Amino acid sequence: MNKHRRLMLHSAAALAGACLLARRGAAAAAVPASLSPDERALHALNRLGYGPRPADAAAIAEQGAEKWLDRFLTEQLEPRRLPQPAELTERLVGLDVLKLGQAELLGRYREAVKATREAKREQAKGETPSADALNAVREKVRPLVQQAATARLARGLQSAAQLEEVLTEFWFNHFNVYAGKNAVGVLVADYEQRAIRPFVLGRFRDMLGATARHPAMLIYLDNAQSVAPGYEPARAGRRFLEARPELKARVPKGLNENYARELMELHTLGVDGGYTQRDVTELARMLTGWGLDARKALIGGTGDLFAFEPRKHDGGTKTWLGQTVRGAGQAEGEHALDVLATHPATARHLARKFAQAFVADEPPASLVDKLAANFRATGGDLREFTRTLIRADEFWSRDAYQAKFKTPYQYLLSSLRALDMPLANPQPLLQALTQAGQPLYGAQTPDGYKTTAAAWRNPEALTQRVQLATTLGQRSGVSADRLGTTLGASVSEPTRRALVTEPAGQQVALLLASPDFMKR
Amino acid sequence: MLRRQLLHFGAFTIGGLPVSLVRAQGSAQKKMVVVMLRGAVDGLSVVAPYGEREYAASRPQIALPAPGTDDGLLKLNSLFGLHPSLAPLKRHWDGGQLAFVHASGSPDPTRSHFDAQDYLESGTPGRKSTPDGWMNRLLTALPGEPAPTRAISQGSTPPRIFAGTASVASLGIGPNAMQRRAIDDPQLQAGLAKLYASDAQLSGTLRETTEGRDEMARSMASGNEPRAMDPTADAGAPSARSFAADARRLGTLIRKDPHTQLAFTAVGGWDTHVNQGAARGQLANRLASLGEGLDALTVGLGDTYRDTVVVVVSEFGRTLRQNGNGGTDHGRGNVMWLLGGPIAGGQVLGDWPGLDTAALADGRDLAVATDFRQVLAPVLQRHLGLSETSLATVFPQAPQTWRYADKLMRA
Repeated sequence: MNKHRRLMLHSAAALAGACLLARRGAAAAAVPASLSPDERALHALNRLGYGPRPADAAAIAEQGAEKWLDRFLTEQLEPRRLPQPAELTERLVGLDVLKLGQAELLGRYREAVKATREAKREQAKGETPSADALNAVREKVRPLVQQAATARLARGLQSAAQLEEVLTEFWFNHFNVYAGKNAVGVLVADYEQRAIRPFVLGRFRDMLGATARHPAMLIYLDNAQSVAPGYEPARAGRRFLEARPELKARVPKGLNENYARELMELHTLGVDGGYTQRDVTELARMLTGWGLDARKALIGGTGDLFAFEPRKHDGGTKTWLGQTVRGAGQAEGEHALDVLATHPATARHLARKFAQAFVADEPPASLVDKLAANFRATGGDLREFTRTLIRADEFWSRDAYQAKFKTPYQYLLSSLRALDMPLANPQPLLQALTQAGQPLYGAQTPDGYKTTAAAWRNPEALTQRVQLATTLGQRSGVSADRLGTTLGASVSEPTRRALVTEPAGQQVALLLASPDFMKR
Repeated sequence: MLRRQLLHFGAFTIGGLPVSLVRAQGSAQKKMVVVMLRGAVDGLSVVAPYGEREYAASRPQIALPAPGTDDGLLKLNSLFGLHPSLAPLKRHWDGGQLAFVHASGSPDPTRSHFDAQDYLESGTPGRKSTPDGWMNRLLTALPGEPAPTRAISQGSTPPRIFAGTASVASLGIGPNAMQRRAIDDPQLQAGLAKLYASDAQLSGTLRETTEGRDEMARSMASGNEPRAMDPTADAGAPSARSFAADARRLGTLIRKDPHTQLAFTAVGGWDTHVNQGAARGQLANRLASLGEGLDALTVGLGDTYRDTVVVVVSEFGRTLRQNGNGGTDHGRGNVMWLLGGPIAGGQVLGDWPGLDTAALADGRDLAVATDFRQVLAPVLQRHLGLSETSLATVFPQAPQTWRYADKLMRA
């Protein structure tokens, strides 16, 4: 009994909650329309970050929720000024994948593929190649993907710049690439580091351009292989192919519309953005020649891999989205990105998706309008776009509070943060995400993962969350009191009351599996 | 709310005995399994129209060789051949339990994977606002009593096709899918039920979870047959995590649970824009694993295969002509596969528009001559016993009756 009382009293929200309790008990309609300062602070941590850690709860208690929140919001919009924990910095420094250039990364992939291919050939001849050679792709590529995933998890758990992390997750997912496709796995860390992170509070057009030119995207959506019909390699390439006739069938011979379609459907205009199949084909023609530097890619150079190759480009006149586009080489693609980045359909598409991810599965139209208007007015300034979200009444409304069902990724990270667990071995965590249907860097399709409850709430998900809650609860050694304190105002009074009557041994698991913690 | 309560009683309290025991000897329940190939499988490689001159001409590197040649198609008739990687399914064709409907698909012309899948799963092409999936509406419309495991979704995430108000059990992927988990602890369940009491959605999910898992565990434990039903089937045992093992587990569960009538599973990875290959290569490997898996599903189904219709669908087909990279881009018409005892197999049904440029959709893709709902309707009505009125709730504004409807099912 004593223990149960402690859980109630130690919670940061106990006082605010007690007031609420009286009103809520009388009638649900009596819940105040506006959020209390404590609720606002927790809302910010849950939506603009991966949830509270014990230290956050302590800081809120010490500084007072209002003061803490003002400072938090200001700091989060200027993430570069935030000092990072030494532990995180050290961990990131230890990861090779963040230090290698694109050409070196691709080189590692190609070496591994070659070693495996040769080993298999030997095997077919009845020889016994070394296991290392046979498994080279697995042994050399997987650690690089795992390093990327370790970096992402470590930042999500420990970075002081939490908003930057949730925005990175959002925009990576928006411009999704799949680590399981060919060489994308070795490039995925560089993609996130160079094409996404620098722009999450920068300009949309810059991110769009950086993803369009990144080898991970060029490989994932096949644009590196999309060429003008009738393309013939240059003389040096032809000589190379004479020596390697088996590669001849792989020389691209014409258009591949994969990237052009998803660029309009997913990255910019949206599926109802008013383009036709003809526009897809014409945009694919405009983007021919955007690919990888063949010399660097094949022979092993250094630095970035993007190259525009005029020989592969279809220089003819195109009719795209009602305009006539004359042959202008790489400038045609840049022009297309300019048009797409400033198109009203793009503003609307991004506004709705952003509001859905950060506010509600069915976001208020007023908020979508506000975000779209801001995007258009600022020419796609994502800092202003994010600031518009954070300043919106809709974001802080009672309807939005605890209204989003966490994705498996959010559920995992917020659990580890709330329990203050160190990131010792990422492997079981990555496996848990795979089991839950959200492998990190493992969304196969270019639409990435959904952020709505309908996509994640089902019996299998519940089974897995309860399993994780039980395992982490036992492993962390954290008491229900302490966890309750950390979660503060995000745990409702009914939940706190129901919890105290449960056996002490299962209180932590139940709190993590509670509706309050399943949502954010 | 009433429905939920009924569900609860229906599942556990008839004469104090679990329903599975009471009804296990009852009349054979009709079943349907839908397998969705996400990413748009190349139907022109699955059932290839080798008899059309345009077929090989449009696909210099990726057309499959005619039947009777090395790595050639498995002959179905004078026009069509089956991809050689699908050899495990040939016995179903020869046995009259496998039919195809070619040039089928959605009347909506979108070439977006995501919209097309959405329409295929909502059952309302062209309408995005439909809140539920057609298999959930079917579950509600199905004659007979509800039960927690009447519908099973295999996979870790909820598919759009099962979205809706009726309860659906879920079966995970991999060898541990049926293992006992923390949520099976009654004490923890009781605690969760209390916490979820004021959250209608989560308490619904919790009930689906506990009732479904309970029933599935009981069904899997029932019977006295050896674990491997067909001793030869494990000889070339598929790796534990492969589709074949999952499909077989699903089939076994359907056989052992007399309540299960609907199941859904999905297989991804068909978006072959680059080097899809022909008799060998990327697509061939995928199809081999799929064919093996569908065959394993029927092995798991055992004697209930005679009461089961398995439908394999994909959101749209792929371009007739290969693209610049030995792959294919997004197209229109595809092929639907139908397996099972009730199917009048051994035939490729539906009007065939042909591959002449004038007959192609937008001058590039196999046209859609048959609406996917026209093919599903006879399965729902004649096999699952849906009335005309109920059918209209599953597929509102469905197209007119298919002229081959009488030929699809056995009399």
